[in-house]
Amino acid sequence: MTDAVLMQEAGSQDLAQPATPAPLATRDTRAAEYVSQFDEIERADEPLWLGAQRRAAIESFSQLGFPTTKNEDWHFTSVAPLLERGFAPILNASTELNAADITRFQFKGDWQTLVFLNGHFVARLSQVESGERIYAGPMSDALSDDARARNVERHVGGLAETHTKAFTALNSAFAGDGAFVHVLADTVAPRNVHLLFVTDDAAEGALVSPRNLIVLEHHAEATVMESYVSLGDASYFTNAVTEVYVGDGARLRHYKIQRESISAYHVGSWYANQGRSCAYEAFSFAIGADLSRTNIATVLDGEGSHVSLDGLYLVNGDQTVDHQTTVVHAKESCTSHELYKGVLDGDSHGVFNGKVYVHPEAQKTDGKQSNNNLLLSEGARVDTKPQLEIYADDVKCTHGATIGPVDSTALFYLKSRGLGPSIAIRLLTYAFAAEVLEELTIPAVRDELERLAFERFAVGA
Amino acid sequence: MLDIKSLRAGIAEREILKGIDLIVKPGEVHAVMGPNGSGKSTLAQVLAGNPAYEVLGGSAIYNGEELLELEPEVRAQKGIFLAFQYPVEIPGVTNAYFLRSAYNEIRKARGEEEVDPLDFLDLIEERMKLVEMDSSMLNRSVNAGFSGGEKKRNEILQMAVLQPKLAILDETDSGLDIDALRIVAGGVNALRRPDNATIVVTHYQRLLNYIIPDYVHVLANGRIVRSGGKELALELEERGYDWLLDAA
Repeated sequence: MTDAVLMQEAGSQDLAQPATPAPLATRDTRAAEYVSQFDEIERADEPLWLGAQRRAAIESFSQLGFPTTKNEDWHFTSVAPLLERGFAPILNASTELNAADITRFQFKGDWQTLVFLNGHFVARLSQVESGERIYAGPMSDALSDDARARNVERHVGGLAETHTKAFTALNSAFAGDGAFVHVLADTVAPRNVHLLFVTDDAAEGALVSPRNLIVLEHHAEATVMESYVSLGDASYFTNAVTEVYVGDGARLRHYKIQRESISAYHVGSWYANQGRSCAYEAFSFAIGADLSRTNIATVLDGEGSHVSLDGLYLVNGDQTVDHQTTVVHAKESCTSHELYKGVLDGDSHGVFNGKVYVHPEAQKTDGKQSNNNLLLSEGARVDTKPQLEIYADDVKCTHGATIGPVDSTALFYLKSRGLGPSIAIRLLTYAFAAEVLEELTIPAVRDELERLAFERFAVGA
Repeated sequence: MLDIKSLRAGIAEREILKGIDLIVKPGEVHAVMGPNGSGKSTLAQVLAGNPAYEVLGGSAIYNGEELLELEPEVRAQKGIFLAFQYPVEIPGVTNAYFLRSAYNEIRKARGEEEVDPLDFLDLIEERMKLVEMDSSMLNRSVNAGFSGGEKKRNEILQMAVLQPKLAILDETDSGLDIDALRIVAGGVNALRRPDNATIVVTHYQRLLNYIIPDYVHVLANGRIVRSGGKELALELEERGYDWLLDAA
C-alpha cells in the first residue's frame, strides 16, 4: 500500500549518509568508566564460573569499546546519545511495586509472570514454575540449586557473541537477574511465561542488564514473552541478552514488547540455536525508548527446521528504532520467513538490517524476507538493508523492501466515502500494521498489540 | 441539482476534459457514454474530487455550491458518491468497520447521531439483501481478495448504506457477468428516488438495458458531442462511435 515502492538490492543503501558518530574521546572515556565500575562491584556469593565469565566479558568489552558508525552493523545508528551520560547498575532492590501498577501490562489467559523491577526480581508479584519437568523462575534462584545451576552453567554464554559484540559483552559483565526457562523433553509448558521487566522513577541513570536463558529440550513446547515497560519517564539504559536453545522437534514462541520510557535506551539481543525439525517463532514489537536496538540471531543447526522472524515498530518524535536480524542456514531443508513493518512519524528514524547466510551444505533452503515502511511525515526516514550471502546452489531466497507514504489511491477511496484525512490515514496505517500482527498465533497477544497499535495511531495521527 | 459549465480538467498537464456542460436534475438518470480515452472516467473522478486530476477551468454547481472547491470527504458528506471502476483493496480493515465509519462520519457531518455497532448491523443486513451479498462479507477486509463482481456489488452496497443524493457509477458494468450485472443494476434501481440522481458512465449499452436512462450523452475527445434520450444508446450499440466522431 505504499506509493513509492523502492525495491532495494543488498548494499544499495551505501550511498546514504551514515549517522553522526560520537566524538571519539567521549566514547573511550565512557567505555573506560564502565570498565572501572565493573571492578568496584562485589560479587561474593556467585559461582566461580560466573565470575570468570564476567571477567572475560569485561575484558572483551574493554577491547571492543562502543561501536562507531564505521562498524558495519552500526552504520545507520549512532550510539552517541547513549554515551552522553554514564549509567550504573542499581545494586540493591529498594523501591516498592504494587500489583495494581502492573495489571495493565499483563495478558488475558493463563500466564505465569516473573516481575523484575529495575533489574531485581519481585517474588511477591511473580509466579515461579518449579516442577519436575519444567522450571521457569528467576536466574538468581536457579543458581542456588545445584542441579539447576549446572544446567545454567552448561548453556549460559554458549551462544551470546561476547567476543565480537560490545553490548553483549557489557551485558555478560554486568548481567543482573533474569529468567531461566527450562522445559524438559516431550513437555509442554503448562502456562505461557511472561517476563515483565519494569522500571520506575528510581531507575533514573540506571544500567539494567537482564540476562535470560531459555532451554527447550527435544519436543518441548513453550511461549515466552519479554516485556520491557516503564512506570515513569526516567532515563535509563536497558541492555538485555537472551540465549535460546530450541531442541529437536521443539517449538518456541518468543515475543518481545518494548515499551520503555521515551527517555530510555534499549539494546536487546537474542541468540538462538535450533536443532532438527523444530520451530522458533520470534516477534519484536517496539514503540518505546529514545533509541532502541533489537538484535535477533538464530542458527538453523538441524535439518527441516523453521524460523519466523516478524516485527512491528511504531515511532515518532525523535525516536530511533533499529532491528538487526541474522539467520544462519547451516543445515538442509530449513525455512526462514521474515516480515518487519514500520510506521514512522515526526522526525523518527528506522533502521532494518536482515542478514541471511546460507552455508554450502544448506541445500533446499527456503528464505523469505520483507521489510515494509510507511512514512507519515516529511521528517521521518528509514534505512533498510537486506543482506543475503548464499553459498548453496539449490535454494529459494527472496527479499524486498519498501519505503513510502500512505497510498494516495487508497486515501482518496476512503475520503470519497466521507472519511476525513486524519481518520482515513489512521485507518490505512492501522491496516498496514495489522498485517504483521496477523502472524501472531496467540490471540491474547495479538489483541493486545492491535490495541497498542491503534492507540498509538490515535495519538500520533 | 448539478450544473456543470465549461468544465476543463486534466492530469499531468494534459487536458482531457475540454469544456463539459451538463445539467442533472433530481430524479434523473444520465448516461455518459463514449469510446476509450474520451474523458468519461476523468469526469467521474473530477466530480468526486480525486486530487490526481487538476481542474483547469469552468464550474460545477451542486445544490447551489461550487463542488470543485470542496475536499472529497466534504463532497461525500454532502451526498456525492462515486462507485469506482477499480475499487481499492484495504487489507486489515473489515468491511463492517469501514462501512460503519463512513456511515457515522457522514451522519456526524449532517449533525445526526452516530449509530452503535448493533443498530448498524441491522441496517447493513437489510441493505445487503439488495445486492444479494452474504453477511460473511462483512468480516472480510475491504475488497481484499474479492472477485471483480464482488467488488462491484460491494460498491453498490456502500451506496445503499450511504444513500447519496448524486451517485456516479464509473464503468460499473465492466468485468461483470450477466448475473452480476443484473444484481448490480437491480440494486441501483431499488435506490432510485425522486430526490436523488444518478450518472452512469459506461462504454457499452448493455448496463442501460437494466438501468434505463432519461438522457444519454456521448463524450468524445473531452467534449459532449451528442445528447439524446435512451434511444441514442441503442443507436450507438448498432453503429458504434465512429459516425459521431466523424461528425464531430
